[in-house]
Amino acid sequence: MLETLLQGVLLGGLYTLFALGQSLMFGVMRLTNTAQGDFIILGAFAVIAGVSLAGAAAPWLVALAVLPVAFGFGYALQRWVLNGTLGKDPLPSLVVTFGLSIVIQNLLLELFSADPRAIETGGLGTRGLAIGESLSLGVLPLIVLAVALVATGALQWLFAHTALGRSFRAVSDDREIAELMGLDAKKVYAFATAIAFVLIALAGALQGMRTTVSPSDGPLLLLFAFEAVIIGGMGSFWGTLAGAMILGIAQQVGFRLDPGWGIWFGHIVFLAVLVFRPQGLFPKTRG
Amino acid sequence: MTTPATPSFVAVERATAASRGALAAGIALALFAASLPFWGESSWMREFVEIACYFIFAMMWNLLAGYGGMVSIGQQAFFGFGGYAMLVLGNFAGLNPFVAIPLGALAAGLVAIPVSFIAFRLSGGYFAIGTWVIAEVFRLSFANVSAVGGGSGTTLTALRGIDKATRESVTYWMALGCVVAAVALVYLFLRSKRGLALLAIRDNEVAAESQGVPVARMKLAVYGVAAFGAGLAGALYFVGNLRISPDAAFSVNWSAFAIFMVVIGGIGRIEGPLVGALVFWALNKFLSDYGTWYLLGLGLLAIVTTLFFKQGLWGFAQQRWGWSLFPTQRRLVAGKP
Repeated sequence: MLETLLQGVLLGGLYTLFALGQSLMFGVMRLTNTAQGDFIILGAFAVIAGVSLAGAAAPWLVALAVLPVAFGFGYALQRWVLNGTLGKDPLPSLVVTFGLSIVIQNLLLELFSADPRAIETGGLGTRGLAIGESLSLGVLPLIVLAVALVATGALQWLFAHTALGRSFRAVSDDREIAELMGLDAKKVYAFATAIAFVLIALAGALQGMRTTVSPSDGPLLLLFAFEAVIIGGMGSFWGTLAGAMILGIAQQVGFRLDPGWGIWFGHIVFLAVLVFRPQGLFPKTRG
Repeated sequence: MTTPATPSFVAVERATAASRGALAAGIALALFAASLPFWGESSWMREFVEIACYFIFAMMWNLLAGYGGMVSIGQQAFFGFGGYAMLVLGNFAGLNPFVAIPLGALAAGLVAIPVSFIAFRLSGGYFAIGTWVIAEVFRLSFANVSAVGGGSGTTLTALRGIDKATRESVTYWMALGCVVAAVALVYLFLRSKRGLALLAIRDNEVAAESQGVPVARMKLAVYGVAAFGAGLAGALYFVGNLRISPDAAFSVNWSAFAIFMVVIGGIGRIEGPLVGALVFWALNKFLSDYGTWYLLGLGLLAIVTTLFFKQGLWGFAQQRWGWSLFPTQRRLVAGKP
């Protein structure tokens, strides 16, 4: 039982990284990125391609090199594509991101085929850390969890204590007033998406190291990310982390009961939260 | 509601010359199409049944998103549920599958009521993904029921006694009837008082509520009707296909194609999915051999249309030439003095 819980928490660490970008983009500009999962997979394949291009370079260095690229990509995507879809009507942004999702999936399918691939980490993926007599935790999942905790803390700090974070909160609360005060909302949005894409690339790299990725994996990751955000409650990154943990534990418990029902059980926990506590477990803001 | 006295030289009209022509042409076309089994090839009928399912599904998605303002990526839940309900009624309850088609649709419409209780907790973009999660729950649930073949699916055995030619003709007529019924249902719904209330809700929910429009009830009604229609398309599709599996029945591609058709044709107008379905059919027929590149192109086309031609093809035609085949709004015209 304890092992299931710990595995759930470790899985939750990965889901936190999936979800932070989604939480950030929705929090700042009410944008639902339906291509979130596909961008994570794109990040993983970018690292895979980078490793094979650079020869035997360390995957960690390649992953680090991908992060600034993701920052620029996110900035450009928001500035020149997604900003045009924002508004009261959710349809344009949904159709555009959903279209991007289909484009990415088929592009990856064309470039890399449907075979699942992994980022080679030189045995790190299988190394375990023995705790007590019978318990052993993977080193890589522990690293993922640590990265998730650091990322959540950093994002929360950025929001609370920096000028950029203040501008994020300002445009989120009231775009018109923020613009009257001299903020350029379109640029602020672009920075938010840029940061979200760094998190997405990070999540992709770690997902690719932890397990295999294939071009059609994206939608499922999107659903996990979304569930974590809703369970945790909007507007709080620590809430998103908690939501991801709850989802991870629920899935692990489900898998324990019956491997065919693991993901189903995670979905059911999500729907139950929606019914009994639609604002999420740890909400900070409304709307 | 009382109508203010209308001066005798002004008349309120809804029909246009184009819409009267379209109605006549539509009836003629439907009658002509009904004779197809007597002279056409069976491959044409199969093709029509398939595109009819896509069209009905897109029509219902348009009703939900374009008129109800509820953008869903989870309508495949009802498509698959309608299909499975039809199959269970046919295979296990011994019903004629053709009779089971409307019953499957009804089952999908009924299951939408408890589902809406969960889905309506979310709005906007989160409603879209929430409905997707619900569709996944449907898929995983059916994949774990061994009576209907689990993850690998099962075959519709109830049609075994009927010979191929009869089966194909009846399926074709059912499909044609469903298309006509779906268009008529949506058109009459939108022309009614309820349709007006629906447009009011789409444009401004709070204002509509303050004018006495029962917003919650209307949304539920639209959600139910759209689920019924999606279930109809699903039941029809799997009678034509004879084989069902959870991955095919609850595939998100159904919603993806519906979104594509509606966006290309023009959202929030009945002609939209009609034009979109024709475009989709043509693209599918001539370009689907390109596989991934074809799908990639569809995605790009949807993005470009949304960014630069928000009104879609029919919206463009309507703005440019004032075309309207299914007018729902009333206009004032100068009558004879």
